[in-house]
Amino acid sequence: MPKRSVVPFGPQHPVLPEPIHLDLVLEDEHVVEAIPSIGYVHRGLESLVQKKDFNEMVYVTERICGICSFMHGMGYCNAVEQIMNVEVPRRAEYLRTIWAEMSRIHSHLLWLGLLADAFGFESLFMQSWRMREKILDMFEISTGGRVIFSVNKIGGVLKDMPKEMLNQFVSILDGMEKELRETTQIFMDDYTVKSRLVGVGILTEEDAIRRGAVGPMMRASGLAIDMRKTGYAAYDDLDFEIITSKDCDSYARCKVRIEEIFQSIALIRQAVAKIPDTEIAAAVKGFPNGEAFVRFEQPRGEAYYYVRANGTKFLDRMRVRTPTFANLPALTQILQGCQFADVPLLILTIDPCISCTER
Amino acid sequence: MAQFFGFAKTVMKNLFSKPATTSYPAAPREYPERTRGHVEINIDNCIMCGMCMRSCPPGAIEVKRAENTWSINRFDCIQCGYCVEKCPKKCLSIVPGYQEPQPEKSVDTVVKPVVEEAPKPVAPAATEPKAQEPAAVEEGK
Repeated sequence: MPKRSVVPFGPQHPVLPEPIHLDLVLEDEHVVEAIPSIGYVHRGLESLVQKKDFNEMVYVTERICGICSFMHGMGYCNAVEQIMNVEVPRRAEYLRTIWAEMSRIHSHLLWLGLLADAFGFESLFMQSWRMREKILDMFEISTGGRVIFSVNKIGGVLKDMPKEMLNQFVSILDGMEKELRETTQIFMDDYTVKSRLVGVGILTEEDAIRRGAVGPMMRASGLAIDMRKTGYAAYDDLDFEIITSKDCDSYARCKVRIEEIFQSIALIRQAVAKIPDTEIAAAVKGFPNGEAFVRFEQPRGEAYYYVRANGTKFLDRMRVRTPTFANLPALTQILQGCQFADVPLLILTIDPCISCTER
Repeated sequence: MAQFFGFAKTVMKNLFSKPATTSYPAAPREYPERTRGHVEINIDNCIMCGMCMRSCPPGAIEVKRAENTWSINRFDCIQCGYCVEKCPKKCLSIVPGYQEPQPEKSVDTVVKPVVEEAPKPVAPAATEPKAQEPAAVEEGK
């Protein structure tokens, strides 16, 4: 038997801005086993529900993650609205959908950039982030913030998007789509990119089920599961197909995410065309009492919020399960047997967000 | 089929086009109208109810009814706009313009001008500037 050695990966590593630690058991240059450990950025945000009232918690949940901040706020609001039986106005649901899809585009573009950076294609990384910048500008125009949007509230949204603004956004996205096709074509066709991605990090369909993978990671293994199909917000009114791939490798994950960007653009177009003219927030009175469980699709995969309230202004308990946490077992699976040099790339293909994972 | 020199077209385009970045600070950044930069108060309409103080998630706002002052620690403020939503008189607003960095945290205090209920006939000119003067924002205290 060859000699085994343990190489620590992280918590500080050039490829990841966030701290995750992995103990890699190596045999020559091959990884035999990967043992992850987390806990470096735990902030205790879940226990803040006992100190901040349930309305203020919206702003706390938004700060769980810097990329899917909008969706965290939306998930929390959905959960509390379910407990309080608040009927959210349709326009607010549509606005939430539009912002959520914009978040998805910007998250996937960010990921594409990071992926390009991980396999050493610096200029492709900059191209992706240049386009992401436009989405951030759209967020600033519509919500007033580039990262933290603070537009969700229990019962609806705080800011409306007038018709001109929505049409302006659609025309920006139309212009972006052509550029996006060009850039994503490089991810799909370029020789250097393909040589790093094709056949690397295979996660078979059975493994994806057994390890409980979520999001694009799971869909790239051929499973067609998307929480948007459960019809929260305005997704029940919109037409879309779940994007899957049967290739099961890193290239498939990249492909699924790229196609989801175009799908999100199409969803925004549909939503803008169908958006009704109603109020944007329902009046909310009293305190929540009861419990709720909400599942929704973040750019990285399925997340859920569990909220239990006791009839006072402070909640009893809030629990968030984020997609990266669910994808960690799948990560240890794809790392087994891979080349040591592919480890950073494979960690990136799950689109890790450690701040989400540890809250 | 893998393709070689796929990026060459983008490279050529970028070589001959304007840079995507702006030459800040030579070309200043224009903020959109909705940018949440900092909270401002129209103190004349304020009724010192303290709703903003009680609703502020990081506890950055302090309202002292006895001293007639409204103060905000701009370094604690997270620009969420919850105080603006809660204000019953709508005298708070959130406007573009971020807090500039400073070596120490500072609190901005705004004093509500005292309005005499029954204006005295004697020396009204003396009360007038007194009412105006403290309304100015005392920065950096």
